[in-house]
Amino acid sequence: MTQRYVMSIDQGTTSTRCILFDQRGRLVSVTQREHKQHFPRPGWVEHDAVEIWRNLERIGPEALAQAGVGPGEVAAVGIANQRETTVLWDRRTGVPVAPAVVWQDTRTDTMVDELSRRPDAHVVRERCGLPLATYFSAPTVRWLLDDIPGLRERAERGDVLFGTMESWLIWNLTGGPDGGVHVTDVTNASRTLLMNLRDLDWDPVLLGFFGIPRAMLPEIRPSSETYGTARRVLPGVRISAALGDQQAALFGQTCFHRGEAKCTYGTGAFLLLNTGTEPVASTHGLLTTVGYQIGDQPAVYALEGSIAITGALVQWFRDRLGIISTAPEIETLARTVDDNGGCYIVPAFSGLFAPHWRSEARGVIVGLTSYITKGHLARAVLEATGWQTREVVDAMNADAGIALTMLKVDGGMTADNLLMQFIADVLDVPVVRPMVAETVSLGAAYAAGLAVGYWPDLEGLRRNWHRAAQWTPAMDPGRREEEYGNWRRAVERAFDWIKPTPG
Amino acid sequence: MPGPVQSIERAAAILRLLAQGSGRLGLTEIANSLGLARGTAHGILRTLQLVGFVEQDEATGKYQLGAALLHLGTSYLDVNELRSRAINWADALAARSGEAVRIGTHLQGKVLVVHHVFRPDDSLQTLDVGMLMPMHATAIGKVLLAYDANAAAALHDASHDGELEQFTRRTVRTHREMSRMLATVREHGWASDVDEAGMGEAGVAAPIRGYGGLVVGAMGISGATERICDSGGRPRPDLVGYVRDAARAVSRDLGASRW
Repeated sequence: MTQRYVMSIDQGTTSTRCILFDQRGRLVSVTQREHKQHFPRPGWVEHDAVEIWRNLERIGPEALAQAGVGPGEVAAVGIANQRETTVLWDRRTGVPVAPAVVWQDTRTDTMVDELSRRPDAHVVRERCGLPLATYFSAPTVRWLLDDIPGLRERAERGDVLFGTMESWLIWNLTGGPDGGVHVTDVTNASRTLLMNLRDLDWDPVLLGFFGIPRAMLPEIRPSSETYGTARRVLPGVRISAALGDQQAALFGQTCFHRGEAKCTYGTGAFLLLNTGTEPVASTHGLLTTVGYQIGDQPAVYALEGSIAITGALVQWFRDRLGIISTAPEIETLARTVDDNGGCYIVPAFSGLFAPHWRSEARGVIVGLTSYITKGHLARAVLEATGWQTREVVDAMNADAGIALTMLKVDGGMTADNLLMQFIADVLDVPVVRPMVAETVSLGAAYAAGLAVGYWPDLEGLRRNWHRAAQWTPAMDPGRREEEYGNWRRAVERAFDWIKPTPG
Repeated sequence: MPGPVQSIERAAAILRLLAQGSGRLGLTEIANSLGLARGTAHGILRTLQLVGFVEQDEATGKYQLGAALLHLGTSYLDVNELRSRAINWADALAARSGEAVRIGTHLQGKVLVVHHVFRPDDSLQTLDVGMLMPMHATAIGKVLLAYDANAAAALHDASHDGELEQFTRRTVRTHREMSRMLATVREHGWASDVDEAGMGEAGVAAPIRGYGGLVVGAMGISGATERICDSGGRPRPDLVGYVRDAARAVSRDLGASRW
């Protein structure tokens, strides 16, 4: 039987999706199922890993049925996943020992504070490229090992396994307790705080720093390579790729050359820049991470800038202020005026991420006068996303030593023409939207198809990429500089709002 | 002549009732006020809710007038909302047809381009969003003329001496010719333009409908005549099929049930 399709599994924060792609990278079928978000205590966010697995058991075959194909026609499956979310499970029973701890969970904040005060805390950033923060996996694993009696002993014996979502799904797909393969890929491993960024292997110093036994960790493999064959859900289909979701989007946008970047605009925004085969240490508040690794080729690294609030500011405008009734109406309202009227909104709802990393900052609206209408506020809402992108791009240009020449965009906010034009204007580079909006899923499918020869090479994938729209910079340079200056002054006014707690 | 439609009379009475007083009433109150069975009142309320004329408070279950009634005089569907809802289908249409895709709405006797997807060949193209196109010489415009009485009236007002602007020798010249053509569009459910807006250019478009079948815009492809048309000079049936499928998919997402 001819293998005509590649499947992607996108295991996201709110739902799991299965998509079948054809050889030209076009969508053939889509199935999706949401899972519950559990908030057992303030700051805690959990998922039920078994529920997520059951969802996959259901939507995988559904995606095949929708397209009327059997597993034999699927050349390979690739997985993209919510990053850093941590599952620990029993090797013999396959049952998780605790609910999965989601990347948004802040239960480890006190522990992270204590760890960062240790004299040897500098080893973390030096070896793994990331700052010590609650959303990476290592502090969570340590917290669980401390919290559950007897767990550390079981982990040291290798009876309890650690994994992020892709490890959990691959282990289950390949048989679970009955011979399941325990692996992760370099991009996911790079988000644990435990992997050495240069060796691409678990770092003994970091394992010692966090007190995590190596026996519980999966084997680190390339992002594009066959890990095993599914024995359940998609019997006989090769599992040939795994990438963290943002890295998958970078791959789906075919940013294969050094200096190419993509930005995914959702609730927040994630900008990743391909920096080639050498990791670039950031001095401007960015994260150094692995972009992807194909088979036995050298790993490709990336700089990552995350913005906490982009689409969420539009949602706030809609749901909390009630000024608009649907998110796209922000553009209609913004177009009722020609400019922001001197008004700026800095959406530091829970501090500012890259490049500032100021957790004590809070949101401000500045420049209010009696002249300001809701139209000006709508402009300021959209412009906030543009300027935050500019700040991250400036940091990337400074760190990487190469200036960005084009930005590839995806995500829901790319439907907003005014915003996309504004981003092109403030970056002074063209902004390009590709024809397939599902770049995360496409990236996982590409990496899987590449591993099994369904697609011959990276150039073949690039030929599948087509621009659906392009916005060209049109802003007067003088005006750009003046507005950027105003934005930076507005950001300074957001700093130092939350007072440090005494002691 | 048929008599009044009872359910519409009742719906009007419910709206009048909700427009009085506090404007928040429960199902039983509404049914009792109008002497209707609860089931009958509920059926009418659900339909009114579907079209946006009535809203139900989630917490109390009480009904009130909906936002759509307040905005009855303004545009029914925000054009940016239309783009947002159509964007994935428009991409898919461009990928399948290999041609550029545009979505248009009516604005003062012209077609306003609200969404544009480039032809997927990575050649140099410019985004047309916000541009105006002539109604009588483009497939998208013809669909809007065929299904939107206001668009047709606006075109009539705009044309001098009953003459339509000529772009090529194949552009529709008179309103009489136009009426015949629009009857054909309504009969087939899609429109085309072949060498009418410019020599060597052709297009195919179909209506995008919302609740109740109201046409809120048109979606179409355009490109070189030799690619869009067969050897007989007619639009290729496979392309027409892609366009109609895509427009129907957007319509379904917008709540049009029968199309």
